[in-house]
Amino acid sequence: MKQVLDIDRLLEHHLLMCRVRAFEEAALQANTENLVLGAIHPSIGQEAVASGICFNLQKEDLLTSTHRGHGHTLAKGADPRVMMRELLGREGGSSHGKGGSMHIADFSVGMLGANGVVGANIHISAGAAHAIKLLKEQRIVCSIFGDGAINRGPFLEGLNWAVVFHLPVLFVCEDNGFASTTRTSAVTGGDGPAARAEALGVPSTTVDGNDLIEVDEAARSVMPSIRQGKGPHMIVARTYRLVGHTASDPDLYRPREEVEKAWKKDPIMRLRKVLQQTDIDLAILEQHELSAIKEMDGVFAEAKAAPWPPLTRAFEDVQDIGDPRQEAF
Amino acid sequence: MPTMTYAEAAKQALAEEMRKDSTIWALGEDLGRGGVFGQYRGMVEEFGPERIVDTAISEAAILGAAVGAAMTGTRPLVEMRFADFALCAIDELVNQAAKARYMFGGQTRVPLVVREPIGMWRSSAAQHSQSLESWYCHIPGLVVVCPSTPNDNFGLMKSSLGCDDPVVFMEHKNLWSIESEVDERNSIPLGEARTAREGKDLTMVTWSSTFHEAMYAADALSQEGIDVEVIDLRTLWPWDKTTVLNSVEKTGRLLVAHEAVQVGGFGAEIVATVADRAFSSLRAPIKRIGAPRVPIPYAPPLEDLLRVTSEGITVVARELIRSGI
Repeated sequence: MKQVLDIDRLLEHHLLMCRVRAFEEAALQANTENLVLGAIHPSIGQEAVASGICFNLQKEDLLTSTHRGHGHTLAKGADPRVMMRELLGREGGSSHGKGGSMHIADFSVGMLGANGVVGANIHISAGAAHAIKLLKEQRIVCSIFGDGAINRGPFLEGLNWAVVFHLPVLFVCEDNGFASTTRTSAVTGGDGPAARAEALGVPSTTVDGNDLIEVDEAARSVMPSIRQGKGPHMIVARTYRLVGHTASDPDLYRPREEVEKAWKKDPIMRLRKVLQQTDIDLAILEQHELSAIKEMDGVFAEAKAAPWPPLTRAFEDVQDIGDPRQEAF
Repeated sequence: MPTMTYAEAAKQALAEEMRKDSTIWALGEDLGRGGVFGQYRGMVEEFGPERIVDTAISEAAILGAAVGAAMTGTRPLVEMRFADFALCAIDELVNQAAKARYMFGGQTRVPLVVREPIGMWRSSAAQHSQSLESWYCHIPGLVVVCPSTPNDNFGLMKSSLGCDDPVVFMEHKNLWSIESEVDERNSIPLGEARTAREGKDLTMVTWSSTFHEAMYAADALSQEGIDVEVIDLRTLWPWDKTTVLNSVEKTGRLLVAHEAVQVGGFGAEIVATVADRAFSSLRAPIKRIGAPRVPIPYAPPLEDLLRVTSEGITVVARELIRSGI
């Protein structure tokens, strides 16, 4: 049966994915120029997961993410100018330059933070959902983690928690096949994330994470039952990281042919091919790409010009009682 | 003023705060049945299982969930059962709870209280007896509380529940059943020591269960004409330097006593600070007494060998008085 496409929706996704890609290309450029001094973990090639999932979240819904979280954060509605300043450690960054890429967060849009510890956001998400339930609020929590996280305790403990307390959490295993720079399959027993989730009583849906339409459809279809309080669900989105683990990873642990082949499944290109089959004005697609690049070039230029945080920032927001501004020692 | 036990005092404080603030809730293993030491007895009947939450033996999730819940508009109180078990949740406490406010640039706060009962408790051996308070003092972002009396357990529990930052609340297991009067109108600010006994010859700084040993030692020493000032620190971070420094300036002598392993214990921090800031007041070398760097053994005679007792404190205090000028 031929799918009926919601063209406007797909175009919004296309623009969002282009913006995520352009943001990360700009971040990589910043890294090349030695303006990003800490590690950044680009998600180039994984944009369909960010867009397909986060597009289905409401503004009041909550999101937690991983060290590879630029795309998720942007897709949740964060301001890229604030994000880029954070990557460059500048004043006006989301954490006043104190967190950097791995702790990107924007609480004003419900993005409760990327986490530098693999899997740590899983039970934090369950707890956020527990609070939502206690406070009798309607929103849900989305917890995105990688396939590397399924071998850590929080995956077991956090999923179990969400099941036992019937919490409104959408777990998303963004499975790019690599735990850092090691193939996850080589270090993982059993049948992978979906099987493990199901064993804990969390129903799961596995999708081609490079197929935006599939990810979007899966997220859209599981959302109502989570919102109705019927407990958590997990989406396993199979994807591939098209660049190194970090900006400085020479990516020597996988054959070039494998990466080149994966580029042929670039999710942005795939969505574009679908849209090219419709009767839209094809110039729109190019326009999206150009406008995204222009936007993020501007974001980068602005961040570059931004000042360092004032030194007083170092001592702010540690704690109230025992504040280092009163007693650092 | 009513008389209550140390366990009951903290329970009363928690219950009072829960009545006032519907966002406070408690989570941990066996809470619905009153908690492993009875510190939650009767609470589920009053507050229901949504606010006195029984959890799996899943320390990382208990603390991790509390972090998420604290960032989402509630004020969780976490029961870790034994400080030793809280080590299964160290990432959640140290990397998450203590860091979230700072690394997210003040966008969030993590108002949670983690109860981590510490200390030797007859023949509980190496994994149920540790006093690990100094570890947490080392972590920016945390408040560390070690109450020694029912009155302090009441007042400090109240203040901790009102704190907007994570508090590690370390009760001593040997103290659960001790009784004293509790001033229910009294709130005890975090970071304020109590001078439990005034004296002019020697300052003893201590906390938790060892406070009681120090008081016995001070009694014994008074028979010998040695007049001891005993300071119960109560909160370890931030610790009340003013009270300690003022006392040492008066007495010229300092002895710090704690149950934890002496090496790298919090006593070292106090001693270093006093040596730095009150050196000219000192009339004798500073002494500290803690446990040897040995895991806690099971057999009572071996366990007792590692205990910091009033007799041990008395011996060191006498030496200190003799060694000075």
